[in-house]
Amino acid sequence: MSLLDVVLFLPLLGFLALLILPAGVSRSAALGISLVIFVLSLGLIGTVTAAPDAYGFEGNTPWINTPEIHYHIGLDGLGLWLVILSTLLTPIAILVSWKYIEQRVQLFYAFLLLLEFGVIGVFVSLDLFLFYVFWEVSLVPMYFLIGIWGHDRRIYAAVKFFLYTMAGSVLMLAAIIFLYTQAGTFDYVDILNQLRSGRIVLSAQAEMLLFLAFFLSFAIKVPLFPLHTWLPDAHVEAPTAGSIMLASVMLKMGTYGLVRFCLPLFPGAAHRAAGWIVGLAIVGIIYGALVAMVQPNMKKLVAYSSVSHLGFVVLGIFSFTQAGLDGAVYQMLNHGISTGALFMLVGFMYERRHSLEIAAYGGVATPAPHLAIVFLITTLASIGLPMLNNFVGEYLVLQGAAQVSMASAAAAAVGVILSACYMLWLYQRAFYGRASESLAHHMPDLSKREWIAVVPLLILMLWMGIYTQTFLPAISARNASILQEVNRSATAGVPSPSGVSPEVANAR
Amino acid sequence: MPVSFPAGVEYLRILPEIILTLAGVLIMLLEAVWSDQRRTVFAPISLAALAAALWAAMASSYGPAFSSMLAIGGSATFFRALVIVVGLLAVLASSEYLTRERANGAEYYALILFSVVGQCVMVAANDLLMVFVGLEIASIASYVLAGYLRDDPRNNEAALKYFLLGSFATAFLLYGVAWMYGLTGSTNLSIIREVLLSSGAPSLGLTGVAAALIFVGLAFKISAAPFQIWAPDVYQGAPAPVSAFLSAGPKAAAFAVLVIFMVHFGATAEQLQPVLWACALASMVIGNFAAIQQSNIKRLLAYSSIAHAGYVLVAVTANSEIGAAAVMFYMAAYALTNIGAFAVVTHVARKGERFVSMSDFAGLSRRQPAMAAMLALFLLSLIGVPLTGGFFGKFYIFKAALDSHLVWLTVLGLLNSAVAAYYYLRVLVLMYFHEPGEGAEELPAAGASLQIAVYACAIGTLVLGILPDWVLDYASKAALK
Repeated sequence: MSLLDVVLFLPLLGFLALLILPAGVSRSAALGISLVIFVLSLGLIGTVTAAPDAYGFEGNTPWINTPEIHYHIGLDGLGLWLVILSTLLTPIAILVSWKYIEQRVQLFYAFLLLLEFGVIGVFVSLDLFLFYVFWEVSLVPMYFLIGIWGHDRRIYAAVKFFLYTMAGSVLMLAAIIFLYTQAGTFDYVDILNQLRSGRIVLSAQAEMLLFLAFFLSFAIKVPLFPLHTWLPDAHVEAPTAGSIMLASVMLKMGTYGLVRFCLPLFPGAAHRAAGWIVGLAIVGIIYGALVAMVQPNMKKLVAYSSVSHLGFVVLGIFSFTQAGLDGAVYQMLNHGISTGALFMLVGFMYERRHSLEIAAYGGVATPAPHLAIVFLITTLASIGLPMLNNFVGEYLVLQGAAQVSMASAAAAAVGVILSACYMLWLYQRAFYGRASESLAHHMPDLSKREWIAVVPLLILMLWMGIYTQTFLPAISARNASILQEVNRSATAGVPSPSGVSPEVANAR
Repeated sequence: MPVSFPAGVEYLRILPEIILTLAGVLIMLLEAVWSDQRRTVFAPISLAALAAALWAAMASSYGPAFSSMLAIGGSATFFRALVIVVGLLAVLASSEYLTRERANGAEYYALILFSVVGQCVMVAANDLLMVFVGLEIASIASYVLAGYLRDDPRNNEAALKYFLLGSFATAFLLYGVAWMYGLTGSTNLSIIREVLLSSGAPSLGLTGVAAALIFVGLAFKISAAPFQIWAPDVYQGAPAPVSAFLSAGPKAAAFAVLVIFMVHFGATAEQLQPVLWACALASMVIGNFAAIQQSNIKRLLAYSSIAHAGYVLVAVTANSEIGAAAVMFYMAAYALTNIGAFAVVTHVARKGERFVSMSDFAGLSRRQPAMAAMLALFLLSLIGVPLTGGFFGKFYIFKAALDSHLVWLTVLGLLNSAVAAYYYLRVLVLMYFHEPGEGAEELPAAGASLQIAVYACAIGTLVLGILPDWVLDYASKAALK
């Protein structure tokens, strides 16, 4: 039993334990368990960063014999930081909910831990079937988190969330089973080897259909324009902890799936479809930003900004360049941290004033200066100010995109400018100006618990903005080998930008 | 013709049927002699008989019995065990209901036992006439069960509809059997198979008509479209535990027979593939889209059972050993899940089944968290969420379909299961996201036997979802036999 097994199954044990333990201690128990998981997960870093291109802590035991399904897990440079992000944000989400969740406390924290189990499983599965199981398992707790503890239209949002994801994932299941009928295994590594060695040959049409089945499922989760409509509803209605987990971790399941499965398994189709996908990503970047600008609701604004930010991630992935892919993966983490923090801060404000409308605020900086400063740092991180984390990711993505097409990079860059517009305008309206009487009395500054929840994210924003060497080498090394394979095995005749990547890697 | 008496081992091979028949007769006799106070023992007697029959079915050796009228093989053993377990769970789920409705009669238990006998005969049949006899035994008992509370007009309606349409369908089956006999000169399935494979086989057109007639009879039993019209009315009108029984036992038996026919009819069955394809798709679409509209939970589960019959038909359409194994696994998973769901419905319905509307489930998670959690588990299994039996059932079915190159049916079936998620979620929404209605009537705690049935179903659903090997290995071997 490796450390990874422990990190993966502790949340499940925690889930079961919370169902049994008396409701009075759920909160503290959940926090304790999730902190233990976080600390343990830090132990994963050393081994994986030492050899980021291999699967560390690999475990492979048969689970089901007919058809052969293995419990095959492993962690490489691509999954490592996403796992850490999940284990970090779970205790933070628990802290954020400390006072806010008053009903069915036991069930709430149990579902949070079950969610953690599902998402960690997604990031470490090396068996397609296992991956699908975790993919679906993570859906159920989030459905309940939105549906039970959400706001007014929570039921609509929860059902929409479930059905969108389900509709996409059944197609992925069909594709997974089809791959099995071809390869005779669900093992990702094995299938990849068979595809590369030419033992299974997919016709161009079959490859494209399989690619689209996977892609659609991931694109709904990302969400890529025009499949994004579930996201604003889910975010607005979810409780703060739900929004944080949804934005920071669950959306990454989609982009992670693109990098982990879509590109390596179907490189030819990925290259052929790239033009369209990049187009959608750019539309998403600009559309998301424009819609965010006119939102009167803070959570909705942040939700649409997510559509825009994740457009960058997709753009980077489908640039097929080292810089673009590195930026995309880095941006996944950045978005998790800065948007998670934004949802958290908006949640703090909601707890004080019970409104998400921007118009209900104004002048918050006067009664709550600390909250205002933290919000400002997060805003600046989100719009990509140099020295803060998002800048690095966005820069790399734009650089990667520019290597392929200057036009798409220029179009995407408009999104960066727009993000500054809507975020700063939001900040101005909510925090500056004169505080009304009632607001001034009902806007206490950050409490100690809230400080504890937000500080780790602030530290990371700075750390990831200033010292990328901690995080980027592992990601980059893994991406390099993925790209090498993808660009090598892509259908001949497609302009391959792989020649550029080594210099870019060196230049950085 | 020399008279040959069956050997001793052949009696052992039908020991489950013998035990159940004797127990059924015993119960009916005891009712006549015993006073009302001792009626509580009928349920334990039935349970004991079913447990003994289960053991006998599992321990039975393989081989023909009674001049090859029956053939006990892997598939027969699997399905016999399954229908007996269904009987067990149905009895466990019923006793509380019967006490509540003051209808704790012996004949209820006797009818369940007889129906199980009929199903056992069906799944073990190696002769068209035995199929028919088994089907009739099972059906007639279930017609009566559907109308068990004779003073309740809903029960009467259910029983009458079930009987009229059921007899009509059985007539089709019998007509098909007659055709097949006329064409091949035998009712024995092994001989029919040889004749159909031989050079002097009758034309495919004629045998196809016979097979189609037989299929109509069976399609009625499995409530596949376009023969599904009876199902919603019967499931809604019949007593809830009877609906649980009907949706699992007779259906599993009819599917077992369908698989037997697919194997024995060879090329004749293959040419029905387009028909099966269309029926599978129609069942899924009609079942799922009609279920969306329902406000009565029993009716919703009825339409869902039509849709599930469609999924299983996909595996039948695949017409392969993997497909046969998938049918077995799915029926096992579906039986456990559906009986569990109906058992919770039985509990929430309370006396007189006054609370069977969807809105009566509002806030159930607040009032009885355990029951709500169990129903949630069953619904997730019906949706096909991983780690439940329903998921692996669907997975094996669609895997079998893809192995047989039924790509479109797979894609359409999977999309259907996404549609189905919507109406199951509605129940989940009510139970978990709504508060109990104002002035909701007190819901008493569930009785012990009902709880046992619900928890047993839940454990079975989870085991099939986490360690499906136990059942699937057996099913795969049984399909190869």
